[in-house]
Amino acid sequence: MSKPRRATGAQQHRRTLRSTLQSAAQTHWRTARQSLQRLLQTPVATAMTVAVIGIALVLPVGLLLTLDNLRGLSGNLGGVSQVSVYLEDSVSAAQAETLVQELEQREDVQQARYVSPEEGAEEFIAYSGLGDVLAALSENPLPGVIVLTPQLLDAAGAQTLLSDLEGLPGVQSVQLDLAWVERLQQLLTLAGRAAAGLLLVLCLGVAFITGNTIRLAIEGRRAEIVVVKLVGGTDADVALPFLYCGAFYGLGGAIGAGLLLWLGMLLLQGPAQTLLTLYGSDFRLQGLGPGGGALLLAGGSVLGWLGALLSVRQHLAAIEPR
Amino acid sequence: MIRFDNVSMRYPGGHQALNQVNFELADGEMAFLTGRSGAGKSTLLKLLMVMEKPSQGQILVDGRNLGRLPRQQIPFHRRRIGVVFQDHQLLFDRSVFDNVALPLQIEGYPKHEADRRVRAALDKVGLLRKEKMNPQQLSGGEQQRVGIARAVVNRPQILLADEPTGNLDPELAAEIMQLFEQFNQVGVSMLIASHDLSLITRLQHRILTLDQGSLVQDAWQGAEPAARRPRP
Repeated sequence: MSKPRRATGAQQHRRTLRSTLQSAAQTHWRTARQSLQRLLQTPVATAMTVAVIGIALVLPVGLLLTLDNLRGLSGNLGGVSQVSVYLEDSVSAAQAETLVQELEQREDVQQARYVSPEEGAEEFIAYSGLGDVLAALSENPLPGVIVLTPQLLDAAGAQTLLSDLEGLPGVQSVQLDLAWVERLQQLLTLAGRAAAGLLLVLCLGVAFITGNTIRLAIEGRRAEIVVVKLVGGTDADVALPFLYCGAFYGLGGAIGAGLLLWLGMLLLQGPAQTLLTLYGSDFRLQGLGPGGGALLLAGGSVLGWLGALLSVRQHLAAIEPR
Repeated sequence: MIRFDNVSMRYPGGHQALNQVNFELADGEMAFLTGRSGAGKSTLLKLLMVMEKPSQGQILVDGRNLGRLPRQQIPFHRRRIGVVFQDHQLLFDRSVFDNVALPLQIEGYPKHEADRRVRAALDKVGLLRKEKMNPQQLSGGEQQRVGIARAVVNRPQILLADEPTGNLDPELAAEIMQLFEQFNQVGVSMLIASHDLSLITRLQHRILTLDQGSLVQDAWQGAEPAARRPRP
């Protein structure tokens, strides 16, 4: 029996590593482009999904950004806050000046100034408008005070300074508006945790939104999936376009979220600056920055991809040619 | 190339689709599979595509036992087999060209090579000038030819066809069969399911007849089996 020429084209298609990589790159490029085109063919539906993802992302990211700004601001305000060290009546002006010099040696003290009871009374009369009250008293009730400007301190550092000051001889009491700094720090920590939790929950939300959209896409493209499987497409071949779709949804949502945050910054920048200037702070509102922006885009894409993967895992295997 | 050893197929509902089927198709051979509808023709083809697994017996394709084929190997098995469907199974969201290119894209052919092969396949079925059209714009016969081009574009060793002329008038049906014979002449093994007896008895090939899941006749039409000579 004479054999005709065999059709061995499929086997002749040998591959080197280079050609394999090249064709993989071609496949990914083509799939990505087709997936994007497919999304753009239904602009309204795509825009709605992207908007939902964008809103889900903008909430936690915006909150984190706000907290970041508040943290910077609290540090900034803490830097200019003052500590009043009230001296006992027995401390003389000379002793107080020595104390001032000692205190200025400390690393956490920027500046110290002695305000004698007389100077205190003058300031009180000048600024409070209650000079008559003071005049009515037979003697000056004000103690000598050392006004300290500490270096930029965190809550723990401020606590150390406070207890050191209270331990000094001749010091009656120390008044530091530490409580509000501490409360703010605690509040920020708490809010930070809440934001992290919110971020986690809404990230899951983004993955599920994408997953559900992809599930619908899989249903809509059932015929195509069957044909691809019939002509020898692997599960990975079938899944790839959906994974790209998911990544594009996530990326689109992240771009939307970034734009919203940028807009918000633009709106807040002016009033915030005016307010901060009134408080004598040179603090400036911080946006996402290039690093944060890149992280947002990458995070959004990865979440979309993961959501699609979740959906593809669950639904693609069920579609088999029959 | 294809060997069925005592293959039976019973669907979960209890329907006995195939019953103790034995036959062998040699490398480069062409055969028709006939019988009334419901006789098991489609089931037999589905078993070859591993869309179903036999409940008994074994199927060998090119020496591979399909029953032992791991799930992840099924796509690679399918790449060695071209299939033509009665309902064409074309995708209407892309051009004729892209439909035919699908198997090559999946196999990861470089673009220039794929383009060349797609054009060769379309040329073979006489549709080169319609490559940019949507399959929906084509007639039934033309759609079937697109399906055939897609089935042969990666030069499979085996070509299966399930009622490929089912919806076509006799003239078009004869044309399609002619195309199949041309592929067979270059060495492709072929198994074509068809209930159109008047058409397939005119062609001189082996005919396997199924009746209620059993292979009741296995005969050569016309000349002896070795005479797989080129037809004019």
